[in-house]
Amino acid sequence: MTQLHLAVALDGAGWHPAAWRSPDARPAELFTAAYWKSLVADAERGKLDFVTIEDTLTIQSADRFAADERTDQVRGRLDATLVAARVAPASASIGLVPVATTTHTEPFHVSKAIATLDYVSSGRAGVQIRGGGLGGEVALFGRRDFPELSWEALQAPEVQQLIAELFDETADFVDVVRRLWDSWEDDAEIRDAATGRFIDRDKLHYIDFHGRWFSVRGPSITPRPPQGQPLVTALGHSTVPYRLAARQADVVFVTPLDAAGGRQILNEVRQETAAAGRGGELRVFADLLVFLDSDKAQLDEWDGAELRSDARIVAGTPAELADTIEELGSIGYDGVRLRPGVLPTDLTAIADRLVPELQRRGLFQPRYDEPTLRGRLGFARPASRYLEGAVR
Amino acid sequence: MTKPRKQIILGHYLGGVNHSTVWSDPAAGSQIDFSSFRHAAQTAERGKFDFFFLAEGLVLRERLGRIFDQDVIGRPDTLTVLAALAEVTDHIGLVGTLNSTFNEPYELARQLASLDHLSGGRAGWNVVTSSDAFTGRNFRRGGFLKREDRYVRAQEFLAVVRQLWDSWADDDLVADPQSGHFVRRGDAGSFAFAGQQFDVSGRFTVPRSPQGQPVILQAGVSAEGREFAAGGGPDAIFSPYHRLAEAQPFYRDIQERAKRNGRQPGSVKVLPGGSFVLGDTEADAVERHREIARAQITGRGAQILLETVWNRDLSGYDPDGPLPDVDPDPDAPPVIQGRARIHQDPSATVAEWRAIAEENKYSLRELAIHVFGHVEFVGTPTQVADRLDEFVQNDGSDGFIIGSHLTPTGLDEFVDRVVPLLQERGSLRTEYEGTTLRDNLGLPAPARPGDRVAG
Repeated sequence: MTQLHLAVALDGAGWHPAAWRSPDARPAELFTAAYWKSLVADAERGKLDFVTIEDTLTIQSADRFAADERTDQVRGRLDATLVAARVAPASASIGLVPVATTTHTEPFHVSKAIATLDYVSSGRAGVQIRGGGLGGEVALFGRRDFPELSWEALQAPEVQQLIAELFDETADFVDVVRRLWDSWEDDAEIRDAATGRFIDRDKLHYIDFHGRWFSVRGPSITPRPPQGQPLVTALGHSTVPYRLAARQADVVFVTPLDAAGGRQILNEVRQETAAAGRGGELRVFADLLVFLDSDKAQLDEWDGAELRSDARIVAGTPAELADTIEELGSIGYDGVRLRPGVLPTDLTAIADRLVPELQRRGLFQPRYDEPTLRGRLGFARPASRYLEGAVR
Repeated sequence: MTKPRKQIILGHYLGGVNHSTVWSDPAAGSQIDFSSFRHAAQTAERGKFDFFFLAEGLVLRERLGRIFDQDVIGRPDTLTVLAALAEVTDHIGLVGTLNSTFNEPYELARQLASLDHLSGGRAGWNVVTSSDAFTGRNFRRGGFLKREDRYVRAQEFLAVVRQLWDSWADDDLVADPQSGHFVRRGDAGSFAFAGQQFDVSGRFTVPRSPQGQPVILQAGVSAEGREFAAGGGPDAIFSPYHRLAEAQPFYRDIQERAKRNGRQPGSVKVLPGGSFVLGDTEADAVERHREIARAQITGRGAQILLETVWNRDLSGYDPDGPLPDVDPDPDAPPVIQGRARIHQDPSATVAEWRAIAEENKYSLRELAIHVFGHVEFVGTPTQVADRLDEFVQNDGSDGFIIGSHLTPTGLDEFVDRVVPLLQERGSLRTEYEGTTLRDNLGLPAPARPGDRVAG
């Protein structure tokens, strides 16, 4: 059996909307550095490959298309990239992958922020690209005129067209972010006192990107980050995002609900990867929402509804969860990303009970041999795409 | 009546991308590795500084259409480094320069409020504006802003940001499992703003941060800049004046404008930059300054610095010879792009420089060193401490933003040798009094959001 990769997705008090009401939850601390440091320390104790940190620009809502007025669920969150940067010097080995929204933001800013996260974490940075863009996000920026969204409007051809375009824009965004990371060759800084030159400017490159939604000249203001290319990840539920991931990402998170669905998704992702000419360069992770030591029934009762999720929900023992993970591994998944139902309860259980079980079964090796996140996932450090390129 | 002794405010500016930073010194370290930022911030905290400060430039400078290769270039993302520094420091404020033209208020307010939470109330923002299309080439909207609209945008930007920071009341976050209320009201974070530059609304995701309002700093000496600073604007303003004769009237003017705008006395701090060179004797310090200035401003560097005013290619003029005999060419396409133009009237500046060069028999390079290699505080530690203290006690400013020619260890000797002298005089704290940047600066608490936001 091949070794699997293991990640956790961190979000507020956990992925159940009532998680914050659990006895072990720390709801008053969700906006403190100490809380995030302790979560990342738990994950690092289990020697997980990386954590992702959720983010959206809009406030959480039970209504997918608009802010609701509920007071009984977690509302509010901090900027995920800054949370990742804050915990970076407090951790040593684990990968840090914040979510970054692409639609109303600047690729130039996101590129240098993730490059800097790579510097402050000594090569452990990644980013989860989130397209977003519609719904309440539009008014927060007030720069673009998008139609209002609802379940009914979702199937309208013009809305479907717009969503497809937003994915195209996201693809351009990632392309620019990646080009900017490459825009300084690794050895551009020469400090040559004899000629008085700090850099060899022939090793800095204008990216000169011209797209439908934006143009970016470059180079970055930030030198090439330690990993060269920090890890790019994305979550997808259908063909269009799979295609985006196949073209632009290193890791895609998908949401198979059972073994049959898992095979189907994997086939589709592989087709897209082959079509993009990137066979074997995309790691596919299955997302699972897990309850190990928390009481899902009690949480559902508090929330007044049974939990619904895009991802498969597994409530059981570490051995039962390990069975599910083993099955996904046998189908051909490269890893799983676990969304703990309650933090820190279910994260602690992952680190202290699931990991030993997976190790016993030979499914996961809890050790940090490779210093960089890319290295942990079996990726080499890429050369800059501009290395051979024409130089002004 | 004896005037109480003022506490000197100290910020540390970690240099980097400019001619002042000497990269050829064997002791010069990385301008990008986190270890450099950590060392500088921790050194400043060891010296009980109020804040650590990072500048920003969103485009690499160019000369005649090619990227500058003489000076240190390359810098990190400001907010990301400041967030990481919060882990390795405990008290020092974390202040970043961030552009109001090539950011959007919702996103920036969110990042700064996040930094304030993650640092336990130590976030500060130096608001800058720009309008140049050269920088705009790296951003979605390009050079969209007319020069005359810069302050309009900056003012509205700040108004939106402040509204966002006030959009959660102190007690909106309940997080009480017993009652089942995570937030007190269902519309926590609601905001709406409609102006010339922004039409935005929605709900802000960040509960009120430890400082309520992170500290705002701003540069600008124009009348509109001063009024902005003294009115609803910043908590601190950067002053360009280093001589008491100029500094005192500026200081008084800011205080009077603040008073007219109904702000409490002392609620707008005035801070000039300050660089220093120390020596065991005054002669040592002067000699060391001479060496540093020659390392900062090489012959090639001198030509380029003068090009910023001449706006001509001066590479053919001998640095050790006289000043270029041609007139400046302000209407030609810019020779140097991506750095602020300091000199508004090139012809007048050149005339002034010619007079200085003539009087002192300066070569091109010597003139450049005279103009651009100036260091405010050169002397023994005692002399430097005396002059810093006198300047502040005589209301030339409330303190200084201290920079050095050496990254990242340049501040070490200042903290080792000057700081204890200031502490002996009772002009600098020996322990931090509070936990936030506002506490460090002695700024009044911001108005509670309930007092400001209707509904």
